[in-house]
Amino acid sequence: MIRGIFIGILSIAVIGTSFWGYKEHQEKNAILVQAENNYQRAFHDLTYRVDQLHDQIGSTLAMNTRKSLSPALADVWRITSEAQSDVGQLPLTLLPFNKTEEFLAGISDFSYRTAVRDLEKDPLTEKEYETLKSMYTQAADIQQELRKVQNLVLENNLRWMDVELALASGQKQMDNTIIDGFETVEENVKSYSETEFGASLTSMKKNMGEGFENLKGNKISEEEARKVAKEFVENEVSDIKVTENGDGANYGFYSISMHDKKSSADINMDITKKGGYPIFLVQNRDIKEKKIGLNEATENARKFLKDHGFENLDLFESAQYDNIGVFSFVTIENGVRIYPDALRMKVALDDGKVIGFTARDYLAAHKKRDIPKPKVSRDEAAEMLNPRLELQQERLSIIMNEFGEEILCYEFLGTIDNDTYRIFIDAENGTEEKIEKLKNPEPIFQEV
Amino acid sequence: MKKMRIMLMVAVLTITSFTFQFLSLNVPEAHAFSQQTIQRGATGSDVIELQARLQYNGYYHGTIDGVYGWSTYWAVRNFQNMFGLEEVDGLVGQNTKDMLVKSTKFYKDFVYAQINKGRRFTHYGGVPLSIQSAPSEQQIQKARQAAEQRKQQQEKNYKAQGNQQQQTQQNKQQEQKNQEQQNKQQQEQQNQEQQNQQQQQEQQNQEQQNQQQQQEQQNQEQQNQQQQQEQQNQEQQNQQQQQEQQNQEQQNQQQQQEQQNQEQQNQQQQEQQNQNEQNENNQKDSTAVNIPAGFSQNDIKLMANAVYGEARGEPYIGQVAVAAVIVNRLNSATFPNTVSGVIFEPRAFTAVADGQIWLTPNDSAKKAVLDALNGFDPTGEALYYFNPDTATSSWIWGRPQIKRIGKHIFCE
Repeated sequence: MIRGIFIGILSIAVIGTSFWGYKEHQEKNAILVQAENNYQRAFHDLTYRVDQLHDQIGSTLAMNTRKSLSPALADVWRITSEAQSDVGQLPLTLLPFNKTEEFLAGISDFSYRTAVRDLEKDPLTEKEYETLKSMYTQAADIQQELRKVQNLVLENNLRWMDVELALASGQKQMDNTIIDGFETVEENVKSYSETEFGASLTSMKKNMGEGFENLKGNKISEEEARKVAKEFVENEVSDIKVTENGDGANYGFYSISMHDKKSSADINMDITKKGGYPIFLVQNRDIKEKKIGLNEATENARKFLKDHGFENLDLFESAQYDNIGVFSFVTIENGVRIYPDALRMKVALDDGKVIGFTARDYLAAHKKRDIPKPKVSRDEAAEMLNPRLELQQERLSIIMNEFGEEILCYEFLGTIDNDTYRIFIDAENGTEEKIEKLKNPEPIFQEV
Repeated sequence: MKKMRIMLMVAVLTITSFTFQFLSLNVPEAHAFSQQTIQRGATGSDVIELQARLQYNGYYHGTIDGVYGWSTYWAVRNFQNMFGLEEVDGLVGQNTKDMLVKSTKFYKDFVYAQINKGRRFTHYGGVPLSIQSAPSEQQIQKARQAAEQRKQQQEKNYKAQGNQQQQTQQNKQQEQKNQEQQNKQQQEQQNQEQQNQQQQQEQQNQEQQNQQQQQEQQNQEQQNQQQQQEQQNQEQQNQQQQQEQQNQEQQNQQQQQEQQNQEQQNQQQQEQQNQNEQNENNQKDSTAVNIPAGFSQNDIKLMANAVYGEARGEPYIGQVAVAAVIVNRLNSATFPNTVSGVIFEPRAFTAVADGQIWLTPNDSAKKAVLDALNGFDPTGEALYYFNPDTATSSWIWGRPQIKRIGKHIFCE
């Protein structure tokens, strides 16, 4: 009797577990398929876009009238950015696939730059035409390789999830077709030298990676760095540790970590080897109840900058985040704001002490400048503005354009309804250099 | 006779105490703004009042949200310009505040009630408040027009005043001086009033002292007369009075307790009603936040999730560093250009791959993200990082290394 019941219960348990297991398996499969589909979509999209890209670049080359080049180049730009986004969705980040990504970025930047230019006045140079041509052939190569991979994938029903698994398991199986295929693509692109995009294009890669060439002063020792750090921090500090930068850094620096006894918080700071300038300082401590206003905190920040030899600075942004004030300063010279020379500060609103400082942009850009006289008059520049814009404030300023050059601009601040726009008009030729819509405070969404 | 004296004393005492109460009630509570100079980017109750007052006279048409953004800045500047304040700088100092308080009203209870209810509302002058709670677009337009007419009228009046007083329209400096003088006069007047009040208070103090002296004299007389019975009577009476006072105090305390209980109950009820909105209600100071340009609150949340999932065991600087890598990738040409693109790039972050990104981030992670978005980059422009103890890919070891923060090595 008991045995019978036992057997009954066991068999029910076995049936139950297997049913549950089957369900789980089904669900897992569903998710796997879902993920696989995403990868497949991204991959096929990518190959499609590279096809398109190749065709489109080809048609721009074939165009006779340079007038129609702009829309065609804009289209190239659109396609490349879509292709970039597709690459981003594939599980290739840990594969050495960055050369291909760089190639796409290069095409994207080139086409955008030429598309927005007035080609009527300033047609493509012979060199740019050559660049376009070489892009065409490179796109053809990549297209070829990708098509090969795509063909293999379709032929053998290869799954991207296997690539995932291969990468995740750490032991790279050398026979994984997709990985091999992409490695071939990468090999091919690598053989194109970067300089093919022209000198101006390499300077376009933002100003990241730029060293601190403009800094004055000699290389300092670790001991001197320690001294600089002590002077820079307001409170007494202990446990000072100094480490040097690694080999991959774009510039030499010392990293210093300290302990501030008074507020029992750690302070981290980087100092350039050359000249011993502070790059950044971050102090993490609990900030108590807000006691001082943003304005008073600004004065503290100003005084701090002055005390540490940063001069001719003008407050350009200030914002309060709970009980922290964040301030941006830019250099001001003869009333001209120099935006690349920016540094930022964080001030605690409980005791008004500086808890953050970053001057990377400032150190990279700051130098002695000869500010040119504007060639376009103020009124001529103002004519470029949208008549619906209600002008509120104006000044001269120097900004970095998309190609990384510093240019003198008329800066107009104006409103259309409740939105504020900042418009830069080139003071040399009167073209619209940049239009920014300035951010309004964002409402806190009430969770319902 | 003695009884009469005592009665008189009591009467005098009660009258003086009453007058004190009245005096304390009559002291005007004019200062609404706090002492701080309000500047762009500030948040809090001062900004709510500033926006409400500027809307009252038709300079500000944005939402009254307690964040001093660009719209508020232009409203302040135009107000300062129109009323010839010494500097048109968007800084709301004492003069601007005085001018605002003089020329506008601020219905504080109305404004906060609307904010707490989470309603859309306006605060235009000359329009009944009942219409301005959750108004329709037409009503807003009407109110706005009315306020703008008032504004023009005010500006005209102000200019006309300036003309009459000085008969020189364009000399702003003189206007400014005039204002300064006015302000000084006001201050002097205020000082005088304060002095007067002080004097009154001193007088009262003197009276009190006199009374005390009288009491002492009486006591002395009593002692001199050594009439024990009456003393006993007095003592009894005193004791009775004390007892009565104690009873009263107890009653008062009870009443207070009851009030507190009621308040607590009310609060509890409110809390129950507003459970969903509780978080927002606690920070009544503003209904909006400053966000670094180019990002949204959702971006920050998503990044905080990623940072928490990736680096929750790291020191603060390590968390800022991870957030900075995300920002560097955004700025890099070879990575996606959106926060979600960078974070959800497959296999870019282990926290995304194993689901740790969906843990609830703490405040430290959010602060770290804000720091990174505000331009702090402890990594020296790194685009990759890895944990040397767990990294499986040999490729990552080949990247040029910049520095080590906490457990992570940051590389280009």
